[in-house]
Amino acid sequence: MISIQTEDFDSGAEYTALRDSGAGTGAIATFTGLVRDSGDTQEVSGLFLEHYPGMTEQVIAGLVEEASRRWDVRKARVIHRVGRLLLQEQIVFVGVCSAHRGDAFAACEFIMDALKTSAPFWKKELSEAGEHWVEQKASDVARGEAWEK
Amino acid sequence: MTDQTLTVRFFARLREELGTEELTLPADKAQTAGDLLASLARRGGPWAQLQGSQPVMIAINQAMVKPATPVKAGDEVAFFPPVTGG
Repeated sequence: MISIQTEDFDSGAEYTALRDSGAGTGAIATFTGLVRDSGDTQEVSGLFLEHYPGMTEQVIAGLVEEASRRWDVRKARVIHRVGRLLLQEQIVFVGVCSAHRGDAFAACEFIMDALKTSAPFWKKELSEAGEHWVEQKASDVARGEAWEK
Repeated sequence: MTDQTLTVRFFARLREELGTEELTLPADKAQTAGDLLASLARRGGPWAQLQGSQPVMIAINQAMVKPATPVKAGDEVAFFPPVTGG
């Protein structure tokens, strides 16, 4: 299931929901991304996140499908917040249930890496000094491309 | 009557710097997404950046495409900077 939302999420409740994925599940990997105080600029006080409604959900659904073809994925959950977020708030959650840990780790990391370089979200950093649209990082592109090999 | 227009959408830094979220243009204005981008860049001022040094991503009907992809009446074409979510 995929959710794009302005409101916060309860990662504990999401984990509990992922446990309900059948007796074949032997591993759950989750990732949570938070707003941190430095990025392109220093002393970041928050973020503004914009997205392309409709396309975002389609792209992420495609990534979950691709993950399910490449690894054992019994259940997957992706939540991404948009709008104005303050320091230390949760931005994104990815959780994957698999039979074994290798598949759970790989599928979770793949979805997260590919989301960063293909899902239409844009971050703007907010600080005392003003606003700054974040630039795409070469390191993020490289991580995304590494999964294509 | 069939719709003979294109919807063009801009996001993030482009939306702000162009002061434009959405345009409706005649569909016969461009053969490909790249043509459309070039014709918009010819408006000058902030629009020139559509063919500047910074990459511009293109989606047609909410799927990423290359500049050579044809556009047709009724399409939704979006231009935006490289994505930075997650």
